[in-house]
Amino acid sequence: MLYFLGIFQTIGVHTLLGLSAYVLLLTGQLSLGQVGFFAIGAYVSGILTVLFSWHIFAALAVGALVAGFFAFLIGFPALRVKGLMLVVATIAFSEIVRLFFFNLSWRVEVNGFDVGPDSTQGFREIRYFAANGWEQTHVVALIWSFVILVMFLLWWLDRVRAGAVLRAVGEDDLAAQSSGVNLTMVKVAAMTAGGVIAGIGGGLFAHSTTYVDHHTFTILLATFAVSYPILGGHKNVFGTLLAVIFIQGFVIEGLRFMGDYRNIVFGLLIILAMNLRPQGLVDGHFISDIKKKLGGKPKKDSADA
Amino acid sequence: MLRLSNLSKYFGGVRAVDALELNVKTGEIFGLIGPNGSGKSTTVNLVCGIFGPTSGSIELDGVDLKRQAPHQRIDAGVSRTFQNIRLFDDLTVWQNLWVAWRDAPGQEHSWFSNWFGRSLSRRHEIQKLLEFSGLGDKSNNLAGNLAFGEQRRLELARAMASKPKLILLDEPAAGMSSAEVTDLRQRILTMKEMGITVLLIEHVMELVMNVSDRIGVLNFGTLIAEGLPEEIQNNPLVQKAYFGSSENTSGGDTNAIDQ
Ligand SMILES: Nc1ncnc2c1ncn2[C@@H]1O[C@H](COP(=O)(O)OP(=O)(O)O)[C@@H](O)[C@H]1O
Ligand SMILES: [Mg+2]
Repeated sequence: MLYFLGIFQTIGVHTLLGLSAYVLLLTGQLSLGQVGFFAIGAYVSGILTVLFSWHIFAALAVGALVAGFFAFLIGFPALRVKGLMLVVATIAFSEIVRLFFFNLSWRVEVNGFDVGPDSTQGFREIRYFAANGWEQTHVVALIWSFVILVMFLLWWLDRVRAGAVLRAVGEDDLAAQSSGVNLTMVKVAAMTAGGVIAGIGGGLFAHSTTYVDHHTFTILLATFAVSYPILGGHKNVFGTLLAVIFIQGFVIEGLRFMGDYRNIVFGLLIILAMNLRPQGLVDGHFISDIKKKLGGKPKKDSADA
Repeated sequence: MLRLSNLSKYFGGVRAVDALELNVKTGEIFGLIGPNGSGKSTTVNLVCGIFGPTSGSIELDGVDLKRQAPHQRIDAGVSRTFQNIRLFDDLTVWQNLWVAWRDAPGQEHSWFSNWFGRSLSRRHEIQKLLEFSGLGDKSNNLAGNLAFGEQRRLELARAMASKPKLILLDEPAAGMSSAEVTDLRQRILTMKEMGITVLLIEHVMELVMNVSDRIGVLNFGTLIAEGLPEEIQNNPLVQKAYFGSSENTSGGDTNAIDQ
């Protein structure tokens, strides 16, 4: 049971990470910076509950806001670079964040114990949940409440004009600009939203695992984050969730016996999927295929020629 | 309405637009013709802010557009279509217009409703624009799934969704059948009746000669002639630049020059 709760926890946190990359992907931005915002959310909220004894919700909120603020700042220079250059620039950002926390030492005595980030040793005392009598089921429920909330908001976004504008920018930013869309505002807003979502994910992650260190926030995790929406397709948020379940639930858990070679399988899967289904596994056709198999009619808007 | 003075754009050594002087008057349909590569599309891109000019000025009703970002020029009242159709293919017809939509003055929605309002708020008006464009029953189709002529119409509708004062059409009839051209002509005339000023770039002579109030001829990035359609048709300089020689052209029967 505990084992499955652990997997639910991981899937929930990774879904938030994937959704943070999904928002950016809607506007056509491929970012490996999400792990940087995730790390900021993890450390900031951890510092607040551990060193300053804040309540978890306040700490998560501030962690998310700080991550969002950095994302906002990154959003402006990110506007000037596209495609591969954006990938490289966001990797650089993630590495800077990682190295910053790698060197951060901030030890404080709280209730007779030395606690806080201990540079290379990591930050090992994020025990808010245990200290406050939360059971693991509560933690899982908390994580999934955020997952559902974020998924709902992104689903809703596609039903209002903002969602159409984001997608228009992703499809053709020149045409969007020429249709009156303020590219700076839209791309920076998407970056900020992505930062906030990753920041919440980071905070939840830090508190549910009780410790973080610089090994946690590697480029591999950044790659996972973008792979989810790429594999899941950017038609809707459910693709990202399915991709996380598939990768974390089946590939990573199912192939545990393979050790680190799992990551190779993961890499191969991405390459394969990109070649076979460039629109993502769950694209419009996927959904109409399923509807057809279930006996319903295919989606009307994709059937017309 | 639109005044281009001494406007130039160089791409390396290529003088795409070269000290161009052009004046489009309020309410008219100004036809801009010229051989391929003479700088017509570059002129549109300069006016819309896709490129910054190498030198010169762009004024709309006396307001300098040069320092405005492309989306601000939409607010100033300029919109355009593209020579190669650029729709949001994965969005529906309706969403394509919704993205570009600007409320008429005095009927603006709040900032919140503009971004996070549902489509219901503008259903009636957008539907009217769709009907005007002959797309009344296509609003839920994906733009990428439309037929070629429908895509052209949708792009025109999208350009109108922002309520422009001036609209720049970059070869809107390219690839159209003659029935579709007639249809387009009617639509352009209706736009004029609505008070929209039109800069029409076109190779299809049958359209540009019939619909334009005045015509300018571009060659190597400069205006070599300007006048009424019949003046342009009979101008030997124009025929030379346009057709390579002044022989074998007798005016009205010329059609698409290339492509
Ligand atoms: N983005 C660009 N970069 C370099 N050269 C360009 C660019 N756009 C246009 N040109 C050049 O400028 C000239 C004018 O092109 P264009 O304005 O597209 O002509 P037209 O629309 O009249 O056919 C051509 O020689 C073309 O090759
Ligand atoms: Mg052109």
